[in-house]
Amino acid sequence: MIQTIAFYLFAVLVIASAVMVIMSRNPVHSVLWLILAFFNAAGLMVLVGAEFIAMLLVIVYVGAVAVLFLFVVMMLDIDFAELRAGFIKNFPLGIAIALILLAELVLGIGAYRAGAIALGTPDGMAAPIVGVSNTEALGALLYSDYIFLFEATGLVLLVAMIGAIVLTHRKSAGDHRGQQDIAKQNRRNPNEATVMKRPTVGEGVEL
Amino acid sequence: MTEFFQSLGLTYEWAWSLATLSGVLLIALPLMLAVAMIIYVDRKVWAAINLRRGPNVVGPFGLLQSFADGLKVFLQETIIPSAANKGIFILAPIVTFTVALAAWAVIPFDAGVVLADINVGLLYILAISSLSVYGVVMSGWASNSKYPFFSAMRAAAQMISYEVSIGFILVCVVLYAGSFNLTEIVNSQRGHGFGIVNGYYFNLLLFPIWVVFFISCLAETQRVPFDLTEAESELVAGYQTEYSSMSFALFWLGEYANILLMCSLNTLLFFGGWLPPIDWAPLYVVPGIIWFLLKTFFFFFMFSWVMATVPRYRYDQLMRLGWKVFLPMSLLFVVAISGWLMITRYGGAA
Repeated sequence: MIQTIAFYLFAVLVIASAVMVIMSRNPVHSVLWLILAFFNAAGLMVLVGAEFIAMLLVIVYVGAVAVLFLFVVMMLDIDFAELRAGFIKNFPLGIAIALILLAELVLGIGAYRAGAIALGTPDGMAAPIVGVSNTEALGALLYSDYIFLFEATGLVLLVAMIGAIVLTHRKSAGDHRGQQDIAKQNRRNPNEATVMKRPTVGEGVEL
Repeated sequence: MTEFFQSLGLTYEWAWSLATLSGVLLIALPLMLAVAMIIYVDRKVWAAINLRRGPNVVGPFGLLQSFADGLKVFLQETIIPSAANKGIFILAPIVTFTVALAAWAVIPFDAGVVLADINVGLLYILAISSLSVYGVVMSGWASNSKYPFFSAMRAAAQMISYEVSIGFILVCVVLYAGSFNLTEIVNSQRGHGFGIVNGYYFNLLLFPIWVVFFISCLAETQRVPFDLTEAESELVAGYQTEYSSMSFALFWLGEYANILLMCSLNTLLFFGGWLPPIDWAPLYVVPGIIWFLLKTFFFFFMFSWVMATVPRYRYDQLMRLGWKVFLPMSLLFVVAISGWLMITRYGGAA
C-alpha cells in the first residue's frame, strides 16, 4: 500500500519534472527541475531495493554534476525571447532525435524481452540475492566478472581527467600572475619583509 | 516502536507510519532545542576566549538568549526584494533547513535508537550533505544581487572540493568497518585499540585521516576558517544578505543543525559513537546516549574553539588545501589502509 503510493508519487514527479526541464523558460529553473527528477529517480531505485545505486545517483548527479550545471547556467546571460525563437527552427531536428530515442528504447526493450541479452534470466525474473547487502553483491560482480570493463571505465575517466587538467593548466615561465607560490610565501620572514623605523619627534621617516 | 503501535491494535502499515512519524518528531524537536542551546554555547565560548561576558541578560546566565532572538526574528517583516526570483528566493531557506534535518534520519543515538537503520547509512549522509549546497546556490542566484551571487559561486566550488576528500575519508572508515551501516561501524569500533579503547582514532592509520576529516567538516559546514561564503569583510553577509525574518532564521537553524550533524559524524566514525571511551564494564552503566551527546558536544566545543582563534583563509589557499593537500593525502591513505587490511585481515589473499 505505502509502496504503491510512493511508487506513483515518485513516478509522477519524475515525469512531471522531466517535462518541466524542457518546458520552463528560465534555464536555472530547468536545472532545478532536473535535480528534482534525479532525486525522484533515486526514490524509485530505493523502492526496487537498489539503495546503493540510488545513493550513488544522488551523490554523483545531484551532489556534483548538477551543482556544476547550476554553476555554469547561473552565470549565463541569456536572452529568453531569442531562445524561444529557435524553437520552431530546431523543431524537426528535435522530433528526429526523439524518434531515434524512441526506436532505440523499443528495440532495446524488445531485445531484452526476447532474451537476447543475458541479464539475470531473460524474462527479467532474476533470482533475488538473499543474505547479501546491495553493496557486497555489486562489488562481488564488478570486481570478478566485469573487472576488465570496470577498469576500462576507470581508464576512460582518467584520460578525461588528465585532458581537463592539461586544457586548463597554465604554465608560463616568467609570468606568475594569478598563481600563488605557497612555498615562497611561507619562506618569507619578518626581518626581510619589514623594516623597523624609529622616527624621532618632529622629523619624518625616510623610506 | 512499530511493535508498540501494533499492540494498540493497528495494522502493520499504520503502526509503521505512526512509529516513523513519532520518530521524526522525537528527533526533530529535541534537535531544534539543541540548536537553540548550541548557538548560546557557541556565543559563550567565543566570549570566554575573547575575555568577554557573552549573552548574560535574558534568563539565568543568558540561557534564554536564543529563544529571545527566535521570537524577535519571528515577529519581523519578511522582505522579498522586488527584483528577486520570488519562488526560488522563498524555496532556498526551506531547502537548507529540510536537508539539514533529513540527514538525522540515519544517525544512531544509542544501540538500536535510530529512525532508519539502512544498509547504506553513510552514503545517505554523504548524499544529503552534498545537497546542502543547493540552499546557498539558490539563495545566491535568486537574490539577484552582487554579493549573494559571489557567495553562491564560492559555496558551489568549495563544497564540491571538500566533498571529494570527505568521500575518500569515509571509504577508509568503511574499509575498516566492512559496512556502510552506521550502527555496524560503531559496533566494529568496540575495543579497537588493543582491546581497550573504543574508537578508530586510536589507530595510527586512521588518526591522521580523522584530522583531515575534522578540517574538511569545518569547510563543509562553512565554518571559520573556511567561512568564505559569508565573509563579512568582503561579501556583507554572503548569500543571506537579502534575507530577513524567518527565512533568515531557517538558514541559521539549518547551518547549526549541519554543524551538529558533522560533530556527531566525528563521534560515530572515529570516536566510538555511543560506546564509552574505554571498553570497561562499569562505564557501560552510563546510558549510551549520554556518551554520544558528550562526545558530540566535545566536538562542537572544538568547532567553537577554532572559530574563536583561527583567522579566515584566502580563497586560493582554501582550494589548494582541498585539492593539493587533502585529496592526495586521503587517496594515499585509502591505498595504504586497503593494503594494510589486505595483509593483516585477509592474509594477502584476494
